[in-house]
Amino acid sequence: MAGEPLLKVQGVETYYGNIRALAGVDISVDKGEIVSLIGANGAGKSTLMMTICGSPQARVGSVIFDGEDITRLPTHLIARKRIAQSPEGRRIFPRMTVFENLQMGAGLDNLKFFNEDVEKIFTLFPRLKERQSQRGGTLSGGEQQMLSIGRALMARPKLLLLDEPSLGLAPLIVKGIFAAIKKLNQEEGLTVFLVEQNAFAALKLSDRAYVMVNGKVTMSGSGKELLANPEVRAAYLEGGRH
Amino acid sequence: MAISPVPASDNLMGKALKEALFAGVIAFLMFLLFVGIETYQDINNALVWRTRWTLLAVFVVISVVGRFVTVAFIRPHLDNRKLNKAKEGIPDLSEDKGFLRKHFLKFALILMLAYPFLSLLIVGKQGSLKYVDNFGIQILIYVMLAWGLNIVVGLAGLLDLGYVAFYAVGAYSYALLSSHFGFSFWILLPLSGIFAALWGIMLGFPVLRLRGDYLAIVTLAFGEIIRLVLINWTDVTMGTFGIAGIAKASFFGIWSFDTGSPTSFVKAWGLSASSVYYKIFLFYIILALCILTAYVTIRLRRMPIGRAWEALREDEIACRSLGIDTVTTKLTAFATGAMFGGFAGAFFAARQGFVSPESFVFLESAVILAIVVLGGMGSLTGIAIAAAVMVGGTEILREMSFLKVVFGPDFTPELYRMLLFGLAMIIVMLFKPRGFVGSREPTAFLKERKAVSGSFTKEGHG
Repeated sequence: MAGEPLLKVQGVETYYGNIRALAGVDISVDKGEIVSLIGANGAGKSTLMMTICGSPQARVGSVIFDGEDITRLPTHLIARKRIAQSPEGRRIFPRMTVFENLQMGAGLDNLKFFNEDVEKIFTLFPRLKERQSQRGGTLSGGEQQMLSIGRALMARPKLLLLDEPSLGLAPLIVKGIFAAIKKLNQEEGLTVFLVEQNAFAALKLSDRAYVMVNGKVTMSGSGKELLANPEVRAAYLEGGRH
Repeated sequence: MAISPVPASDNLMGKALKEALFAGVIAFLMFLLFVGIETYQDINNALVWRTRWTLLAVFVVISVVGRFVTVAFIRPHLDNRKLNKAKEGIPDLSEDKGFLRKHFLKFALILMLAYPFLSLLIVGKQGSLKYVDNFGIQILIYVMLAWGLNIVVGLAGLLDLGYVAFYAVGAYSYALLSSHFGFSFWILLPLSGIFAALWGIMLGFPVLRLRGDYLAIVTLAFGEIIRLVLINWTDVTMGTFGIAGIAKASFFGIWSFDTGSPTSFVKAWGLSASSVYYKIFLFYIILALCILTAYVTIRLRRMPIGRAWEALREDEIACRSLGIDTVTTKLTAFATGAMFGGFAGAFFAARQGFVSPESFVFLESAVILAIVVLGGMGSLTGIAIAAAVMVGGTEILREMSFLKVVFGPDFTPELYRMLLFGLAMIIVMLFKPRGFVGSREPTAFLKERKAVSGSFTKEGHG
């Protein structure tokens, strides 16, 4: 369906108790795009990510995925619509092996692709193959992030949500992970929505991006445009890229 | 070795003496009221107290000597051994376990099956009553309870302090339905399990949003509520008097174990009357129930629901983001765990022939939980060993009359049950903080089973 975006967030307001964390956010992600959301700490980036996943649910506005309103669905049903998330802080299962972690990601409805999918993830992240029988908790931060993304990919997602994949990782590893995301996007047409602190890397990677300040989207444009924008440069890039 | 830092020995002795003295002071203060003073009732039924200075002195001396020996000899020895091991450089990762360890389960099962007959052979009918009933059945009941609780605590990671409530539900289900309606054990055993599972779901609903400490408090309260209902609903439960004369289990309805019955087992087989046959029969029932529990647990762990439990224990948010319904996952964990508690309860009622709220106090929950933690959460073998040590240990304590020589003629070892229980827990937690068997066996493999050790993993071995 041309014209209809895969994910559409319309006028979403999300509250924590009485505190408004999102003040009317509009965002859309088209099929096959990499879209990133950048902003300072506390801007509401992660809240938006969580709202798309239904925990907490939006009080006002709607989240439309693939032409279907998912605003009021419980989280696990949203996940079964093939929206896979690699949550902030990675959240792998530390006492399970790498292989078991990947297994947990696979939906029960596409088990016939299981071996194929595991092989695909092992070619994407060869480190995971080396460590497949090791416990998740014994992996390094970068490997855990690979595992978290790999686990999300096991669900054969239509939309991959990544919450700060560069969190606490060395620049070289971030580069590797972003390269893998790019590869997935180009070779398989995977749609990615990415929340990042690391604005420089995120903007270089994305087709389009949004800038969020205090629960509102203040700017949007292609990654290149935003990279060149003096305001964005001043707020998120200068000094931050080293 | 030149590089091993051996401390000057007089320095060590001085330190040991100082620590021993310190331990003595603490032991004195701790035991002053618990051991040094004893209350009893005199002829006029008045509560009076007397002092037991000798016994107190024995306790203090034990702790002083124990501390001294630990600091002066045991600890340096252990440190040296660790150092030598480290110097050798190669950690001991040998995969080829000994023959005994490889076939441990088979041996254990054969031993358990032969146990009643072995005890009959060795100590005769009257003697084996004690070994089959007090040791065998008693330990196996706790093994089963702990394995049931292991599903809730060890696999799903939901801390349940009121597990004994389900045990009580099972026991009272059997006691009431059997004495009012005369249903047989074999009908009521599954029914008790189902009732307990329903109560598990009922407990599960209100606590769905809770985790950790909060969940523990609510489950603790739940356990107490069930006990208080049993005490106060006298019309049905007979209150603190309990229900007596509960029917025995029959041999699948073919033979009865009541002596007067026409289908008596003893008569049918031409044996001389003895209660030992019933005990042996009960032993095999509880053994079968334990095996069922273990089998179900092992199977479930490899199925999606069991994996979901384990994932839930690790990370609830990650679970939801992977499309796992945490509500049903938690409820099934509660229900499954409670069901096995219910089975054990029904068995308990049939074995005792008497139930009262006395048997379902919080201490029971605590003991079962302690067994699960000591054995290593999630490990069936570890839990079974812990149950045998803890429950069997307290039974052995009754036999230790030689302790009277050390502590004086008034010494009753059973009274120190909980003290030793605590001591054992501290020792295990010091040396094996994750329990006897702390490592988690992976349940899924891509090609072949690979070695995954709990504490560390070989690099590049995957």
